[in-house]
Amino acid sequence: MTHDAPRLLACGDTAFTIEFGDRIDPALSARVRALDAALAERPPPGLVETVPTYRSLTVHLDPLIADPEATGRAVLALAGATQASAAPERLWHIPVVYGGAFGIDLAAVADHHGLSPGAVIERHAAPEYRVAMIGFLPGYAYLEGLDPALALSRRPHPRPSTPAGTISIGGAQALVASIAAPSGWHLLGRTPVKSFLPGRDPVFLLRPGDRLRFVPIAAGQWDALAAAAKAGETVVELREG
Amino acid sequence: MSGRLSLLRLTGAASIQDGGRPGFLRFGLSGSGPMDRLAHAAANVLVGNAPDTAALELGLCAVTLRAEGGPVRLALAGAPCALRIDGEALADHRSFLLREGAELTIARPQAGVFATLAAEGGFPVRAVMGSRSLHRRAGLGEGPFTDGDALPLAGLSPSGGPERCLDPIPLERDGPIRVVLGPQDDAFTADGCATFLEQTFTVSPQADRMGYQLDGPAIAHGEGGFNIVSDATVAGSVQVPGSGRPIVLLADRQTTGGYPKIATVVSADLRRIAQRRPGEAVRFAAIDLAQARRLAQARAAVLAALSEALRPVECRAERLLRANLAGAAVDAFNPGD
Repeated sequence: MTHDAPRLLACGDTAFTIEFGDRIDPALSARVRALDAALAERPPPGLVETVPTYRSLTVHLDPLIADPEATGRAVLALAGATQASAAPERLWHIPVVYGGAFGIDLAAVADHHGLSPGAVIERHAAPEYRVAMIGFLPGYAYLEGLDPALALSRRPHPRPSTPAGTISIGGAQALVASIAAPSGWHLLGRTPVKSFLPGRDPVFLLRPGDRLRFVPIAAGQWDALAAAAKAGETVVELREG
Repeated sequence: MSGRLSLLRLTGAASIQDGGRPGFLRFGLSGSGPMDRLAHAAANVLVGNAPDTAALELGLCAVTLRAEGGPVRLALAGAPCALRIDGEALADHRSFLLREGAELTIARPQAGVFATLAAEGGFPVRAVMGSRSLHRRAGLGEGPFTDGDALPLAGLSPSGGPERCLDPIPLERDGPIRVVLGPQDDAFTADGCATFLEQTFTVSPQADRMGYQLDGPAIAHGEGGFNIVSDATVAGSVQVPGSGRPIVLLADRQTTGGYPKIATVVSADLRRIAQRRPGEAVRFAAIDLAQARRLAQARAAVLAALSEALRPVECRAERLLRANLAGAAVDAFNPGD
């Protein structure tokens, strides 16, 4: 099911969601970003914060100031009228060590698709991705742009712990993980980049809407980059514009 | 001289919480803050603090603490707990001085889950990203604590004046937890929605600051199944995974999720569900947004009136005298009874 017109969904007395659709689609996430930018420019009274996802924007309100029903209807009208903006974008080059102890599922993913591990790395590192959503845990960047030939449903049994910096895929999504957590996704590699690091400025490296590329690096480069990242360096190349 | 509160013996989940850490949901960080905001505010107001001051949240805890480096004024509010100072019983929902070297024992609550211990001046642990609240999974803030940990105190001499008390904050255990249906109630069959609103659930042992998983009848999903493309959660989101058993997401929740959310617990009732223990029953009732807003306004009014509701703690003789006078007045109006 798809929606041509955005829908207003109730989220209790402190929030509402504008849903543009129910699938992963760059056209939908562009509309989400445009509405998010429009609200940042002209916040309605009582707005607390907004959360963009692949397909929806959740708007948090102070219930003592704003009526979520009335504000929701006004934002819904704005959602129908807002054009995708040409806001400045950032492009990150994220170094990744693929395979081996850094990406324990690389070989299995290659087997599943009838590809060589090298071909999986090539296909994973080829596209330019976009951060469609940051969620679940702090700094977890959910990407759109994965090569459909790599898509693979999640593991039947999630692992109780996966390392910080894990680069993984699940279904049609690609993920940059920030901190250690349980995961049912397929682990292709690891990056020394810390997308969330309290005490560093900025605490969060990636923002929703950012563009991103993966750059394969040799395992021998890991220790130096990881030490620099731990010390607060971003160890990542950024291009603005 | 900087005072501190040493945690000599502790069982249960204790952490520092303040008003929370809003503003980072778009980066995947939930807001934390007290599981029972009213209890947290009451404990703080009792010791003369602003309602959102950093305080020690005790979740089904028993703890013995000792004041070191000076006396400190404390108060406990929320889930009712038996208190003793060096063996002598003391009421909760009142302020008191803990002398240097004296030991305060707080028993596991007699009912409910969360009690807040506030200290005059607060607990000046290091603030991270604008808040002193613990967010355990994100590694932010102070706690969970164990035996031997010490909490810094503001280092002020306790102010003079009488100790204060409040009527105990009710746990509001009777009646259903109120929800607004949505955002994905259309992902469930009519029977599934009826199960959610008409059956009784039980808080499972999987209940913590992230969320409360409920046991009970399975809630049936519709044809679309139980996977959605992830969208955002809010405090109070009732998500229903493939098992059909609902999970109420709370202060330290994951900020996005891929299970449909049948309803949202209204903000005024977040403390009510938080105060239900594993094994206790939960029923839900749907209300509309206008009713939910009125409940939020009423809750805010109660919170704002806490400082006006403070009374000096009476000595026992005064309290007995007042009870006798009240009794006489009742007799005067009901001469035949």
